[in-house]
Amino acid sequence: MNLYGVRAIYNFEMARMKRTVMQSVLSPVISTCLYFVVFGSAIGSRMGDIDNISYGAYIIPGLVMLSLLMQSISNASFGIYMPKFSGTIYEVLSAPVSYVEVVLGYVGAAATKSVILGLIILATARLFVDYDVLHPFWMISFLILTSVTFSLFGFIIGIWADGFEKLQIVPMMIVTPLVFLGGTFYSIDMLPPIWQTISLFNPVVYLISGFRWAFFGVSDVHVGISVGMTLVFLSACMLAVWYIFKTGYRLRS
Amino acid sequence: MQPDISVKHLSKVYGDGFQALKDINLEINRGEIFALLGPNGAGKTTLISIICGIVNLSQGEVKAAGHDIVREYRKARQSIGLVPQELNTDSFETVWDAVSFSRGLFGKAPKPEHIEKVLKDLSLWDKRNNRIMSLSGGMKRRVMIAKALSHEPQILFLDEPTAGVDVELRRDMWKMVRKLRENGVTIILTTHYIEEAEEMADRIGVIRHGEIILVEEKDRLMSKLGKKELRLQLQSRLDKMPGELTLEPIELSDDGYELIYTFDSQQEQAGVARLLRTLGDLGIEYRDLQTRESSLEEIFVGLVHE
Repeated sequence: MNLYGVRAIYNFEMARMKRTVMQSVLSPVISTCLYFVVFGSAIGSRMGDIDNISYGAYIIPGLVMLSLLMQSISNASFGIYMPKFSGTIYEVLSAPVSYVEVVLGYVGAAATKSVILGLIILATARLFVDYDVLHPFWMISFLILTSVTFSLFGFIIGIWADGFEKLQIVPMMIVTPLVFLGGTFYSIDMLPPIWQTISLFNPVVYLISGFRWAFFGVSDVHVGISVGMTLVFLSACMLAVWYIFKTGYRLRS
Repeated sequence: MQPDISVKHLSKVYGDGFQALKDINLEINRGEIFALLGPNGAGKTTLISIICGIVNLSQGEVKAAGHDIVREYRKARQSIGLVPQELNTDSFETVWDAVSFSRGLFGKAPKPEHIEKVLKDLSLWDKRNNRIMSLSGGMKRRVMIAKALSHEPQILFLDEPTAGVDVELRRDMWKMVRKLRENGVTIILTTHYIEEAEEMADRIGVIRHGEIILVEEKDRLMSKLGKKELRLQLQSRLDKMPGELTLEPIELSDDGYELIYTFDSQQEQAGVARLLRTLGDLGIEYRDLQTRESSLEEIFVGLVHE
């Protein structure tokens, strides 16, 4: 295995995060803080508890998940799209690295950035809302699993995209609505029955539900199903990445 | 000795059906400078891209440093450094970081002293902490070369390395390429500057419409396909070409004061001697004579337009 190669890609991507700390870290942290202020403190103070959890605390897992998904996709898609755009991809393609190593480098860095960001947001949330983590192991596990899965998804988008607009389409037009409708700000039990059924087709419901369970021990769906669905999505992304490298889709002619 | 690059029956058909390479067979020896010449779209970059692993081959077999580029791609690619045609660089990285990144990517442990040597050799040492975006085009080209040399490759591909660089930098690069060759590095060069190939190459390959039409040692190519021109400035004006000379490949200039004789460089002795004897017999006197050898460029143009 070309560990130096993996490390080179990983360090290169992490260095990009340092260079763009305003965009990579501060911007999502400030956005999430605004959510805490508006929905947690201002509106939340007039909302009743949900499952005996204060509204401000209840929305923490969903808001962390929102940033996590968006940043994982954004980090990984930009990570692989930029070399394609600037033409420097030739170096990766001509290097003695396998596709597994390329993915480890790019996706590993994107997921690391997301996990760091998630932890920063969690620490920042403490300034606004008091909360405990009931299952820390599972909280970290969900954090990592989701970051890796959506970084892989972002990697696929980065390879598929042939323009900056396409990089934005999936996160803005698909992922954001799914997160907002996936129980970030409410429990799906609060929806009419028909919308509860429809919500179960939203994969983000399972992520937020499982993540919330790790914090408070309450969930919309069983935690086992949440883990299972996340693993299914992870497997689908891995399969897509395998296909991309096997066929050279948009990488090698 | 085993060639450093071995290409057998290589063909490439792109997804849209365009056949870029047709049954290419080529061997490049260790430590030589091989210039691959051809007009735009002839297939030079496709051939290089396949050998380097950027483009998939459709048919055939390619070995680099004795390793199959598909089955043993790690070993094959480790032995290759590539300087692509385009100035593709990471604008926001520093020179040092960019070159160190390349070394790591190619599976080599960090070796700051080697990076330092490469940067010094390429006159980039003073710029090592500069972001690449702040460098001039010529300096960026040097960075591309430094990146390609960062992992100490055995084979170096230079795809139009001096395109758009000034004369001084071009001379520096030639010097560097010769030095690399002295250290045993095999260099494959594509260039539009035929004088570059003429100046540096040991062997020349010409590719046209995806086919290799000629591979020859440069000196032999020059003597085999080269033409010489003998110009005789006459003492007195000639109104027309004397009948005794009409069978020769000779022309009379418009002003009638010059005879221009073109001949194969391999047949120069017999032809020139016969011409001068004939002129003597005819009483045609000349005050000066000059010979000129055709350049590689003229040979190249002749080949690709055949």
